[in-house]
Amino acid sequence: MEKKVRFTLNNQPRELTIDTERTLLWVLRDDLTLTGTKYGCGMGHCGSCTVLINNKPVRSCVVAADFVEGKKVITIEGLGTKDNLHPVQKAFVENDALQCGYCTPGMILTTTGFLLENPEPTRSEIIDAMEENLCRCGTYTRIIDAIQSASKEMKGGI
Amino acid sequence: MKNLFKNYSGLSDRNIPSGMSRRSFLRHFGGGVVIAVALADFNTLEGAVLQQYPDDFNAYLRIGEDGRVSCYTGKIEMGQGVITSLAQMTAEELDVPLASVDMVMGDTDLCPYDRGTWGSQTTRIFGPALRSAAAEARTVLVQMASEQLKIPVDKLYVLDGTVYSTDKKSVKISYGQLTKGTKIVKSLGEKPKLKDPKDFKIIGKPMLKTDAVEKVMGKALFAGDMRLPGMVYAKILRPPSHAAKLKTLDVSAVENVKDVELIQDGDLIAVLHKDQEAAEKYLAMIKAGYDVPPTELNEKTIFDHLVKSAPEGTLVKEGGNLNDGKKESEFLFEEKYLDGYVAHAAMEPHTALAVMENGRMKVWASTQNPFGLKDSIAGSLNLAPEKVQILQVFLGGGFGGKSSNGQALEAARLAQLSGKPIMVAWTRREEFFYDTFRPAAVMKINSGCKQDGKITYWDYGVYFAGQRGSEHFYNIPNHKTIAYNAGWTAGGVHPFGTGAWRAPSNNSNTFARESQISIMAAKLGMDPVEFRLKNLTDERMIRTLKAAAEKFGWKPTKSPDGKGRGVACGIDAGSYVAIMAEVKVEKTTGEVQVERVVVAQDMGLVINPQGATIQVESCVTMGLGYALTEDIQFTGGEIHNRNFDSYEIPRFSWTPKIETVLLDLPNEPAQGGGEPSIICMGAVVANAISDAIGVRLYQMPMNPERILEALKS
Repeated sequence: MEKKVRFTLNNQPRELTIDTERTLLWVLRDDLTLTGTKYGCGMGHCGSCTVLINNKPVRSCVVAADFVEGKKVITIEGLGTKDNLHPVQKAFVENDALQCGYCTPGMILTTTGFLLENPEPTRSEIIDAMEENLCRCGTYTRIIDAIQSASKEMKGGI
Repeated sequence: MKNLFKNYSGLSDRNIPSGMSRRSFLRHFGGGVVIAVALADFNTLEGAVLQQYPDDFNAYLRIGEDGRVSCYTGKIEMGQGVITSLAQMTAEELDVPLASVDMVMGDTDLCPYDRGTWGSQTTRIFGPALRSAAAEARTVLVQMASEQLKIPVDKLYVLDGTVYSTDKKSVKISYGQLTKGTKIVKSLGEKPKLKDPKDFKIIGKPMLKTDAVEKVMGKALFAGDMRLPGMVYAKILRPPSHAAKLKTLDVSAVENVKDVELIQDGDLIAVLHKDQEAAEKYLAMIKAGYDVPPTELNEKTIFDHLVKSAPEGTLVKEGGNLNDGKKESEFLFEEKYLDGYVAHAAMEPHTALAVMENGRMKVWASTQNPFGLKDSIAGSLNLAPEKVQILQVFLGGGFGGKSSNGQALEAARLAQLSGKPIMVAWTRREEFFYDTFRPAAVMKINSGCKQDGKITYWDYGVYFAGQRGSEHFYNIPNHKTIAYNAGWTAGGVHPFGTGAWRAPSNNSNTFARESQISIMAAKLGMDPVEFRLKNLTDERMIRTLKAAAEKFGWKPTKSPDGKGRGVACGIDAGSYVAIMAEVKVEKTTGEVQVERVVVAQDMGLVINPQGATIQVESCVTMGLGYALTEDIQFTGGEIHNRNFDSYEIPRFSWTPKIETVLLDLPNEPAQGGGEPSIICMGAVVANAISDAIGVRLYQMPMNPERILEALKS
């Protein structure tokens, strides 16, 4: 069923007519060409497709596109700019917390949402929050370091 | 300078990147100085023979009029960090800042032939040639400066891409100024002297990834991120099993549906739609009936099947006399080790976008071997090779799995059939079906030793893992190693595809060998490190093992109950590795937590210590998966675990504290880094589990079920 959906995308108001059977992931990737949001498993198991909806990390591959109606969506493209990276992006670069980079946008957005809720997490809280995000290259230790340094930098802000 | 086409004779037509005439090659490069790299000096390595092209080029360096340096190579970046380390080598020998080097990778129109990015070959095989080319480029540029400035070469020096007079610093000329209006193409002649490691400013220094910013911004393009006008997704009808035969087919539900195109071409049945979820929905409406032959093969019965199906063995290595060795032995050991099928499971599934444009097939594919893919597309679609172009995109992990390119062949075939730009993006479910798994394997070892700890004989047979890493490196007087099926594929034996998986063969071989060594040590009541040192004469391995022991603080003590320590050694891609680990085993649940891992690695000259350390961490983390949980479940050609809920890969909570020691050997040749340290993960965990709970696991993965079973018996 076609439906008109109004929402805020990366701080810009958007209005789209979309088929409600579609998932947010493919609307972002194909209709809006925001390809930073990745397909990894299609079942919500891996976290590669994570975006922020009202500042909460959500798996866009298992969310219907019309779920965003009236909400605020942030994808990796809306987080920071090249000259002004978001503290979490900066922490990932500085801690070399990525290899192939495919899971990276999902890791960064999951981290961002998590730090907004828990600005000063312990190491074990970080692991709990990130546990459902998968990285096959094995960058977990460096991501944990990156999250700790971003937490210091952000001090609860975004 | 009117020095056009100096030394041009070095370029034959064969040397021009495929698909390009000499004229267009030169036009492409415009002005500047081009230096070509040949790999003719390197011909064999570890069972795989490099394709030799005695007068061919394997890379180019171009110093442009803007002073920027471009390095053209057929290698690809999949997370292993060569986009950074290759640029470091170029910058070092050319004396330019790292930031002024641009890597142009994996584009078959622009880059010269490369066989593939695998086998940890980029740094150790390609690296020296690239450094030579950069050194030659520097020599050429200094000569040009000498002519221009009328100062002899020995009165000049280079700093950050500018040539200065040693007498007067204000007399200078930059590389960019030198190459202005110039067109020089040189092939690498006599090897110029490489820099002395003591003069390194960029090699050997830890560097952050040069592609990190685009990756944290989501701007790095992977194959699935490419978009073309009119592009459609193709969803292809898939059988339930690799052995299934299509018997009935009813496509009526998708015929004459708006926006849906059905393609039927022999065995290929696909639905095209601009929305990939719609394509999936319509594909599901096709009714297909299959015959699936009955089979007894599954993850439990496969091992007997493999031993029964074994071809004649290949002798890998032998010495002394096995019978003599056996007679001399005071203790005998006869063990069998098993390893199941393991998936690559890169986070990015196989993906390709193909389009037929002006008679040429262009394909953006997640592939580790663009040139091999180009040839197979040309062959299968009956196109001249120069009519096919594969373009570099970043790969979301490869691990050997993306040297098999089924998705790109499908995309190209459908693009030819439909005339449309076709995206084939395998779902995770397809990925777990068409992956070329690490083969299941059986390793049999008969060995013997004396009371004093000397190993007297070693009789090793490996079935289907392959021969890489099967050779032992201990000082054993009587020994024989036979590989039954020397590679990692075996037509008709496995019920589905198998292939190279990060350090192919070596993971299974090292699991068996290093378990056996620790079993022998334990029988004698000897410390496993002491036992190894007693039987080693290879100085590189001795110093690597000692380096690990020192970092770990290894002492011959008894571990507290439920906690254990293990050690394992191995050689892969020219690098020596010794790993020690501490584990905790929960006896009631059979769960293993690896708490600390220390890796010592002799990889010769380390180009980027930061990148190399990250590769070690990557190997340790990924290796925990095959050691502890990863195991393809199947009934014949039907795969049962087809997503991450049933195929368990390592997670955040598994991550041990990882400490890495890279031996400081700047004067030794650079060796492999992407694979070596993964090979010890099975044995180090098995040995630590045995130390913790007193039972030995002979089969990977060492999952809770198997640990509980072992504890019971």
